[in-house]
Amino acid sequence: MRLFWRMALGSIRDLAPVVLVILFFQAVVLGRPIADLQVLFQGALLVVVGLTLFVYGLEIALFPVGNSLAFALASKGSFLWLLAFAFLLGFGTAVAEPALTAVATEAAKVAAAAGSIADSDLARSHYTLGLRLTVALAVGIALVLGVSRIVLGWSLPKMIVGGYGLVIGLTFFAPVEAIGIAYDSGAVTTSVITVPLVTALGIGLASSLSERNPLTDGFGMIAFILLTPMLLVMLYGSVLAWI
Amino acid sequence: MDLTLDFLATLLDTALSIVPIAAFMLFFHYVVLRRRLAQPAQLAVGFLFILVGLATFLMGLEAALFPVGRIMVEELVAVSVAAVPDAGSHWTDYYLIFAFAFAIAFGAAIAEPALLAIATRVSDLSGGAIHAWGLRVAAALGVAAGVTIGCIRIAAGIPLYWCMAAGYAVIIVQTVFAPRVMVPFAYDSGGVSTSAVTVPVVTALGLALAHAVPGRTELQDGFGLLALAGTYPVVTVLAYAQVTALIEKRMLRRRTENPPPAPTGDSSQV
Repeated sequence: MRLFWRMALGSIRDLAPVVLVILFFQAVVLGRPIADLQVLFQGALLVVVGLTLFVYGLEIALFPVGNSLAFALASKGSFLWLLAFAFLLGFGTAVAEPALTAVATEAAKVAAAAGSIADSDLARSHYTLGLRLTVALAVGIALVLGVSRIVLGWSLPKMIVGGYGLVIGLTFFAPVEAIGIAYDSGAVTTSVITVPLVTALGIGLASSLSERNPLTDGFGMIAFILLTPMLLVMLYGSVLAWI
Repeated sequence: MDLTLDFLATLLDTALSIVPIAAFMLFFHYVVLRRRLAQPAQLAVGFLFILVGLATFLMGLEAALFPVGRIMVEELVAVSVAAVPDAGSHWTDYYLIFAFAFAIAFGAAIAEPALLAIATRVSDLSGGAIHAWGLRVAAALGVAAGVTIGCIRIAAGIPLYWCMAAGYAVIIVQTVFAPRVMVPFAYDSGGVSTSAVTVPVVTALGLALAHAVPGRTELQDGFGLLALAGTYPVVTVLAYAQVTALIEKRMLRRRTENPPPAPTGDSSQV
């Protein structure tokens, strides 16, 4: 219980900067008292309570489950099952991500305005679905790469720097209207559930393998989730532009 | 009550995004791996906390912080444009927006639950040698820098890939010199810092700015802020790791040069 109160205090400290920024710009820069001060503080209170409960829940449930799954998968000794699990988890969480759906809908408008696709409801919804599947596939691939790296001991810096090179290289071939959405698609899919879950898996996997260190080998999965959607969405845009 | 209805709707939305993931994990655990979970009761309570906590959190953001933030961005854009007679003549006219973007992006990233959880994890794994608060401030400064660069880019009309390539180039150089232990987490920090709070705040900022600056379209120029917000935390977290390592090395050298008990006064008089 004491842990809970300490976390609540922590949440207040975490939220203070946003509230202060809003109050400062409202009062000093715009020179006007805030209209809905009560609403702002009510919302802030909800955010603090929610944040505390959420982080507490992560500590007692999501991290242990991720850990135990990683241990169980590693002790089963089947690399293929591990890869299958990683791919399905990545694909499943990304395809259902609400933020991705919102951005994909926005991107369909861009593509229609640029003339890559016909400006009709049907063409736009096809494009939105295609984009979501592309990103989901990319996130699946990202987790497969991340898990393979942990198990096989590949160099993370080499893979990530190689990925950066590919992103910049592909930018010169992809159609202009696909580049903005491609760059953003990675950051959109790293949601508040995916990040702790994937991290717990990576750390669990690295600590269940005796020759791996959780700190140096357990991280890196999220970095792949940021990279592969950029690459695949640019490819998707290029392919659409050719057809 | 309007509020209860709002809450139930948010709770349903949250459940829809969490339950499939939980079901998938349970299926794998029980059916494929044929293992039992260690403490099912504690886990059930924990998932309930996650569900209710996330719904409450999102409702607070939707109900209060986001609408206030959105109105403020619009007003700030209006003030900046009105401040110069020849509106929007130069990108520096929008300095108020840049300051606001930096401050609000920093605040959003500090409030980011995923960053809090992961930074605590890193601190635990390092046995307390790495400070969670330091990592969070470093990552939040990165988000703020990325978003500010993105806003300047929209106002000045610089191509997005230049800003990305510049960040990548710095990261590659830093990777060579930064302490090995921190590199993997640093690469992750970009994705970790861009989730529940940062993504909506940054998206709203980009759309408002692209809408207000003459010659920019929301559709073409509204994108890209998130990508930059996901790139520059890598730079700042690597820099934080480098600076901490440098300070430690210096302290270690001082300790070996003046072995304890350290002589008081001038250290050159040995």
